[in-house]
Amino acid sequence: MASSGKNESTPKAKEDTIPSLTREAANLKEKLEEERRILNDVELSVVASRLDPLPPISLKPRRILKGHQGKVLCLDWARDQRHMVTSSQDGKVIVWDAFTNTKEHSITMPTTWVMACAYAPSGTMVACGGLDNKCSVYQLAQEEDLSSKKRAVAMHTSYVSCSTFLNSDQQILTGSGDSTCALWDVESGQLLQSFHGHNADVMGIDLSPSEACNTFVSGGCDKQALVWDMRTGQCVQSFEGHESDLNAVRFLPSGDAFATASDDASCRLYDLRADREINCYAKESIIFGATSLDFSLSGRMLFVGYNDYSVNIWDTLKGVRLTMLFGHENRVSCLRVSPDGTALCTGSWDYTLRVWA
Amino acid sequence: MTGGMAHWRRIHNGNADSDCLHPNLIVYRKIEKLIQRMQDEKHGVPVRTVKSFMSKVPSVFTGADLVQWLMKTLDIDQANAIHLGSLVAAHGYFFPITDHVLTLRDDNTFYRFQTPYFWPSNCWEPENTDYAVYLCKRTMQNKSRLELADYEAENLAKLQRMFSRKWEFIFMQAEAQAKVDKKRDKMERKVLDSQERAFWDVHRPVPGCVNTTEMDIKKLSRINRTHKKKKMTFVTEDGLDHDHDHHADGNIPTHAEELQKQDMCHDHLHFACCSPVMLLKEKVAMMKSRLEKRQYKTSKIAELLISYCQQYSEFDSLLATTELGSNPWIADDTTLWEAATTMSLKDAPVWRVKKWGYSFDDLLKDPLGRQELSKFLAKEFSEENLRFWIACQDLKNAALSKVPEKTFEIFKEFFSEESHCPINIDSKTLEITRKNMQNPGRYTFDHAQDHIYQLMRNDSYTRFLKSEQYKELLNPKKKCLSNWEKTKSLIPKLPSLANKLDTLDK
Repeated sequence: MASSGKNESTPKAKEDTIPSLTREAANLKEKLEEERRILNDVELSVVASRLDPLPPISLKPRRILKGHQGKVLCLDWARDQRHMVTSSQDGKVIVWDAFTNTKEHSITMPTTWVMACAYAPSGTMVACGGLDNKCSVYQLAQEEDLSSKKRAVAMHTSYVSCSTFLNSDQQILTGSGDSTCALWDVESGQLLQSFHGHNADVMGIDLSPSEACNTFVSGGCDKQALVWDMRTGQCVQSFEGHESDLNAVRFLPSGDAFATASDDASCRLYDLRADREINCYAKESIIFGATSLDFSLSGRMLFVGYNDYSVNIWDTLKGVRLTMLFGHENRVSCLRVSPDGTALCTGSWDYTLRVWA
Repeated sequence: MTGGMAHWRRIHNGNADSDCLHPNLIVYRKIEKLIQRMQDEKHGVPVRTVKSFMSKVPSVFTGADLVQWLMKTLDIDQANAIHLGSLVAAHGYFFPITDHVLTLRDDNTFYRFQTPYFWPSNCWEPENTDYAVYLCKRTMQNKSRLELADYEAENLAKLQRMFSRKWEFIFMQAEAQAKVDKKRDKMERKVLDSQERAFWDVHRPVPGCVNTTEMDIKKLSRINRTHKKKKMTFVTEDGLDHDHDHHADGNIPTHAEELQKQDMCHDHLHFACCSPVMLLKEKVAMMKSRLEKRQYKTSKIAELLISYCQQYSEFDSLLATTELGSNPWIADDTTLWEAATTMSLKDAPVWRVKKWGYSFDDLLKDPLGRQELSKFLAKEFSEENLRFWIACQDLKNAALSKVPEKTFEIFKEFFSEESHCPINIDSKTLEITRKNMQNPGRYTFDHAQDHIYQLMRNDSYTRFLKSEQYKELLNPKKKCLSNWEKTKSLIPKLPSLANKLDTLDK
């Protein structure tokens, strides 16, 4: 099938006009979908039904971090499992020792709505950005005005919605409302690679967790998730299915699949090897959009934050909802499991963050 | 029937364009579908007129009835039904007839449906002058049920100061509206008054309550961009100084201001550098290569996912009790974190060593694992493979300014003729790498690195897992014993402890 597809399309590709290319793309899409239908022999939830149901989950809030004076918009864990950087609508970025519930640094950004923040792998630097269309890094130093340690690294033509360091402090990946993602050299602020392909605002990005991998996934308001090769800037896979904006994307810890959270109130699991959607997490009674999500360390549990102030925990394999976490008094805007999987942190428009374990 | 209020401005009149773009609209539409079902005459919530003493309470239903209906219709538990119902109320689709706080209680409290005219999906952006007129009108109506709540009186006082010069005009408008209202039928007025109040409870909520009409700024910027040509203005912050309200946005610049600022930098199109033909070509190429790849059946994928989750579940602290020991967040004890990061082999817990056996990545991710693998490879005389792999990772993660230097170092150390420890690669890979060196960069060694990675994973790693070295690390009995012996040797120095142990033995 694959080879016949290639033969048919070769002459067309030579024309290189928009209509012919559009036609060819549509053709190929149909073939891909046909192939997927054939390979989709059984539902994941059906195979997983043989598994014992998970024991009752009893997560409780262990810390409540209060200090922001505006809606909390983003959070990121440090690699030491206890520090955290959070950002909010009032332009504040706070670095916490969440374990002792203490604020260690507080940075005032020149902009409001700091939508993205990230902790550097070394733990000595944080990056943040938002409506200023930039992503800036701050060196964390004791007893000093951190604003003097600020440096702008990334520059977009619209708001920066998400950011993450690569495996070192030297490179940072950003997603933006200008519908691109970009990879930057932290030291020089030079653009290393840009990623064009989304047709609307990019809302979330996530790096592949596997050691030898050079890919990341992005989700956006064009309702699709794209998988990119970081080295070439090429989009290697695209996934559709959602009916509204994607707000977050997150890899399964194995790196073979990723999940998406959408305004259509559902989350979906896409497998890279299967090249298609393999599970959907939705319920008639869930009508508010999903804003954020993450997996437990084994990947078995999927934590999802919603605009209905709740966090739902799903069984990734069986596709059923295990339980709900109540406590926040406004939209849950961000959510992250700590790197070693011992805690879940949620941030909300109610100005607080909660650490659950 | 709502003629008296028709002068209120709506920012955009729910046209098809904004329908697909207003950030909250997707939720409003879903709620409205639910409301429609609630109002179904046969299967909906029973609405009735209740007699009380001298008067009648028209068109109400009880909280308990609605909670029951939600539980039955959506197949959810009581807590869930109350939560969902409260959210629908907070969006102003139904409301308690005597309370400004829009929430749902599972009791005999009376609720009433909001008229579609006041639904938030009409994209109301009422202004402070409208609010002032409304509050002013309430003070004229002289009814106990219309008396201003404390916070409303405070708001009115503030608005009066704010609009001091315009106040006469506001007062006249309020008077005119009150006159129109007076002419209405008594029952109709009761319903209308409550619906109008609920409208303002949504748009000017009681201090401490969530303003559900607030929007995500990211989505708002997007509409703003799309609607730019139409000169749409969005005024979402009301400018009222809610200093008593911790949920209000205080002195933060309004969305509109922020967006204006943002707009100025958004004048050139971002994808000017990427032509549509090029993007389409890339898309076609991507789909072709996907078609060429052999894909897995879902059944196979399901098995792979299940086995992954099951294998790692013993390390998943949030899932169940694990053999890792106590969770630091629950026990307030950081032993686990120390055990997970120690570089001393004798202090490293067995579970850490065990994890190295799960996958090659797990071994490489743990610095101690790398150290042990390196020791093992040294015995096999292939230590340079790991060093090369680490050097490549280091190159990928390096600052741009360091890339040329590091690239040449790696080439010199592992590929050149004067190299002491050339890596074991085939001539084709060597050829590719040599070619890449003509234009050296971060990814020059990718091919070689991948080759070495596969080699280590398929050969060395398998042998490592079977080696005596790994088995010894893994054997908990020996480890426990040796630890115990160490403790024992300490005991004579601590006589009191030794005594205690003796008594325990007896």
